[in-house]
Amino acid sequence: MSKMTTILRLPSSPSNANSLLSRLYQSTPALLLPVIGLLMFLAIWNGVAKSIDTSLGQFPGPAQVFEQAGALIDEHIAQREKADAFYQRQEARNAARVAQDPTYQPKIREFTGAPTFFDQIWTSLYTVMVGFLIASVVAVPVGILCGLSKSAYTAINPLIQLFKPVSPLAWLPLVTMVVSALYVSDEPAFSKSFVTSAFTVSLCCLWPTLINTAVGVSNIDKDLINVSKVLRLTPFAHLTKIVLPSSIPMIFTGLRLSLGIGWMVLIAAEMLAQNPGLGKFVWDEFQNGSSESLARIMVAVLTIGAIGFVLDRLMLSIQRAVSWDKSSVLR
Amino acid sequence: MHTKHLELEQVGIDFPTPKGPFTALQDVNLKISKGEFVSLIGHSGCGKSTVLNIVAGLHQATTGGVILDGAEVKQPGPERAVVFQNHSLLPWLTVYKNVELAVKSTMRGKSKNEMRDWIMHNLELVHMTHALDKLPSEISGGMKQRVGIARALAMEPKVLLMDEPFGALDALTRAHLQDSLMEIHADLGNTVIMITHDVDEAVLLSDRIVMMNNGPAATIGEILDIELPRPRDRLALADNKQYNHYRHEVLTFLYDKQKKVETVSSRANQSPTTNKHSQQLAKPSGVSSEKKDAKKSDAA
Repeated sequence: MSKMTTILRLPSSPSNANSLLSRLYQSTPALLLPVIGLLMFLAIWNGVAKSIDTSLGQFPGPAQVFEQAGALIDEHIAQREKADAFYQRQEARNAARVAQDPTYQPKIREFTGAPTFFDQIWTSLYTVMVGFLIASVVAVPVGILCGLSKSAYTAINPLIQLFKPVSPLAWLPLVTMVVSALYVSDEPAFSKSFVTSAFTVSLCCLWPTLINTAVGVSNIDKDLINVSKVLRLTPFAHLTKIVLPSSIPMIFTGLRLSLGIGWMVLIAAEMLAQNPGLGKFVWDEFQNGSSESLARIMVAVLTIGAIGFVLDRLMLSIQRAVSWDKSSVLR
Repeated sequence: MHTKHLELEQVGIDFPTPKGPFTALQDVNLKISKGEFVSLIGHSGCGKSTVLNIVAGLHQATTGGVILDGAEVKQPGPERAVVFQNHSLLPWLTVYKNVELAVKSTMRGKSKNEMRDWIMHNLELVHMTHALDKLPSEISGGMKQRVGIARALAMEPKVLLMDEPFGALDALTRAHLQDSLMEIHADLGNTVIMITHDVDEAVLLSDRIVMMNNGPAATIGEILDIELPRPRDRLALADNKQYNHYRHEVLTFLYDKQKKVETVSSRANQSPTTNKHSQQLAKPSGVSSEKKDAKKSDAA
């Protein structure tokens, strides 16, 4: 160990300039290596893309994809302007009608333009969060129950094992039919497609959280449980002072896995069910078959990846804020 | 000192195993007076901890039972506070909050100020008021054990149960904590049952040393009354004839009468003479455990 440190320190000893260089050298790998990785990926992508010709034209390289990303932003801005114009016209028209006839009840109509890429992102994000929340609200308490009571675990375990490996796409037709049959209301607060997508996401988000919570709770240090017994803590105090704090890391491991799965499931479900969202955007572009389609799909692919990454980081920072163990390495 | 306080009567316990029940303890009888300091000593695996856990109510005796002040012990409770070997502080609570949890759950109905004073009083007893807002991970092993003792004392227990409380500490820290424990015991006069592997610790602290036979079906082998005057001073006692006599008694029991049963192969290689035993006797007590413990413990 001491040898290691001397070797590392050697370059810094001769002069100040050298020490600066060595410090730069020491800190660069953290920044430099990911950049190198990224550049290599772009180069390979660029090279390979040129040699692939599809029926929709050449496979898009980084440049075309970047261009289409700009186009999608422009389309979104244009659509927003159209919508604003539409609402302004509607307001002016209604104001004029009310001025003519004070008893007139003005009708407000929604702008019906096609949703842009960014609208679809928002829809998908909203759907995955709702689905994930529903799953968490169910999975964490059931997981805690399974962890605390061996009989509950023995009863529920076969169901977990049975449903855990089921693909979301197998659930989708069932969920669609059940939602159509049961979710009947004259003025629905949410669209049916939204409810279907959210529930499909929930069904797949349940399991990792449930299993990890159960494992976390059942592995609480036996001495801490004895402390709780000696103190005769009430069940509520036992839960809040002992069970939850010690199983928080495992609960969050489960939640992060669930959110990742939920995000993947959602895109697939949207593609298959033609429910609004990023999946539908991808499918529409594929069906559209223009020469730009592949580049636009690639934008969506990268966006999906980036959002998945951000969601995971978000969960990680929530875990950091909630967890008592600030020294633990979270990745 | 002769009032009936804590009684263990014909205590025995079976643990279920795939090959049928395993009798870990049998016919353990012990009467302990109020304010008495009793040590349980014996080879590892002889069931010392099981005895303590039965008194704590964490294990249920299969036969016999434990009576504290006329009432049978059926479940764990704060009147039989436990100091665990590995401190068992809640790692997500600060020193103060760890003791507060004990105070809040055992002294319901007291005012906030009374509770605060009581928490501070107990932390003062163990000299830990300087680290109120530290998490257990931020203090040394000896300090953690001090807080563990403060938490147990804060429950105002009738009996303080200590399961090798200083086993994981280095020798110097252990000596410090032993002195603190003697002070506290002299102040408060709690009844204490302590498990230990350390012969010196047992002789220094105890009024009586309960020596246990090896299992299976372990029971009490001998009981040694320690009639050294209190307060006891470890330096003065080091040269004390009576003290060394007590030590010798315990060592003889442990290494001669209750020699740890070795595996069949190692026993076959061993000569049947007592040479080996006398070697072990010559060795200062506690050395082997100290070596092991020094690795584990954080410096205080």
